[in-house]
Amino acid sequence: MLRFVFRRFLQTIPVLIVIVTVAFFLVRFMPGGPFDSEKATTPEIRKNLEHYYGYDLPLYRQYFNYVGRALHGDLGISMKYLNRTVNEIVIDKLPVSLELGALSLLIALAIGLPLGVAASLKPNTWVDYLASGFAMTGICLPTFVLGPLLVLVFAIYFGWFNASGWFEPSDRLLPSLTLGLHYAAYIARLTRGGMLDVLNQDYIRTAKAKGASTLRVVLKHALRGGVLPVVSFLGPAIAGILTGSFVIETVFQIPGLGREFVNSVGNRDGSLICGLALLYASFLIFLNLLVDLALAWLNPKLKFE
Amino acid sequence: MVSLSPKHLPTANLSVDQLEQGHSLWHDAWIRLRKNKLAVVSAVWLIALLLLCGLGPFFAQPYYEQNLNLGAVSPCAAHWFGTDTLGRDLFARLLYGGRISLTVGLVATFVALTIGVTYGAISGYAGGKTDAVMMRFVEIVAAMPFTVFVILLMVWFGRDIYLLFLAIGAIEWLTMARIVRGQIMTVKKMEFIEAARSLGLSNTRIIFRHMIPNILGPIIVYTTLTIPSVMLLEAFLSFLGLGVQPPMSSWGSLIKDGAEKMEEFSWLLIVPGAAFSLTLFSLNFLGDGLRDALDVRASKD
Repeated sequence: MLRFVFRRFLQTIPVLIVIVTVAFFLVRFMPGGPFDSEKATTPEIRKNLEHYYGYDLPLYRQYFNYVGRALHGDLGISMKYLNRTVNEIVIDKLPVSLELGALSLLIALAIGLPLGVAASLKPNTWVDYLASGFAMTGICLPTFVLGPLLVLVFAIYFGWFNASGWFEPSDRLLPSLTLGLHYAAYIARLTRGGMLDVLNQDYIRTAKAKGASTLRVVLKHALRGGVLPVVSFLGPAIAGILTGSFVIETVFQIPGLGREFVNSVGNRDGSLICGLALLYASFLIFLNLLVDLALAWLNPKLKFE
Repeated sequence: MVSLSPKHLPTANLSVDQLEQGHSLWHDAWIRLRKNKLAVVSAVWLIALLLLCGLGPFFAQPYYEQNLNLGAVSPCAAHWFGTDTLGRDLFARLLYGGRISLTVGLVATFVALTIGVTYGAISGYAGGKTDAVMMRFVEIVAAMPFTVFVILLMVWFGRDIYLLFLAIGAIEWLTMARIVRGQIMTVKKMEFIEAARSLGLSNTRIIFRHMIPNILGPIIVYTTLTIPSVMLLEAFLSFLGLGVQPPMSSWGSLIKDGAEKMEEFSWLLIVPGAAFSLTLFSLNFLGDGLRDALDVRASKD
């Protein structure tokens, strides 16, 4: 197991190197630099600015400086927000995005898993059709359509919620529901497929023959094998929830990191773009690592491949 | 229970000649697909959409024609889907937007298809070390957060959406490459490939003339399923204001405009949202239907 963990960990290193390199050079050479504003700057001020951000050093020095600082957890100084470092912005905004992401994932699992299990227990009945219909709707209704629709109906028409903002506990419901339902759809579909495979196996029949109740068969015997596809989907799902929060935070005006990332692209704020891209990437890689370890733990066969 | 007397068999009223005539695999697949009502309805909707978006703009009024006196009117006889706040006809804008969205979907998918099939075929056919290195590369690229990188690319290509199509396509090919590689590895060991090789055909000819035609089924199925994911990515970018720029519109940017004004003019959100979702539905249903029809071995999910 330890060897597997170690090998899997080593594999993330080339990925991280590629990501930091691509992000750095894409941002460093983007057309329309951060110092091109409507107000003309004098050459002296421009030179000062470039010196301040280290743009006057040879390129390879800039690159290694950036990587070196990033390794120490320092993502540089924002080019648009005066005197704010990227780290400060992250510390300020990340908790909001994490809360939104965690709630969405919780909703996705709480709806998707039971629905998928129910569908697999009664295949080709109305329960199954209902679950499959829900899954198809959830997959085909993008969050940027569903979100505004939910606002239109529940916030504007019925007036039950605030249309936007992130102040009261009730403000959390619509955004996390919008994001969660989409992934609940995938999870329901995957759970159904995985459970159907498992429920046909001999050991389930044995458990049933011994008189175990349906609940016990599902929880104690079938679920561990049946959720394997869901666990492998969690990696992409978390990635999707993180990037999905770009849309949700824009629709619901939530002061999170996702909106900050989208704005930073509009602002051409080089250090913020690069820093956040790096942060998202390492976050995803770390979570994928966790997912792989969880898979290896649930399914010992994998370790030997 | 249906009785099994010969006259109830589907072949009962066929003549001997007709019975002896073989059915190609494609013909069988077509018959299976035709039985799937959802897939047929989806295909009809998609063809209608292609015709409407392709030809419609020649008949509808220009999408940029403003009528400020009119303002936003709700759907009526003159403007089937109403107008936006600048008095532009929503139906016309929807058709033009559909053109962009569908073109993005098709072009980017074509790019992904070309790269993915070539890469996967070479990797699977070569096998051994080459295969290991090529698949290792795919794994590394697949571990990257796509959306973040597409947004980074937007910083570069923001003004030129055609380059963006290429960029999206250049990112979406990974799964296609994996599927094709797996299929090629299976086909590689079959006798007809051995026969082709003993005839002294070149590797390129064997791959493109003998192997790929035999794995077209999974390729077609996966292509149908790639189109909606590409369209979704484009709409996602346009919704964030990073994709198609005004005065051009795609369905994503129409939904964005609609979401901003939905409080007073709800049709501006509902009409493009419905068009987009219906199209995604149809592509997914058609893809599932094709999978059931063409790919006998594949199970769902």
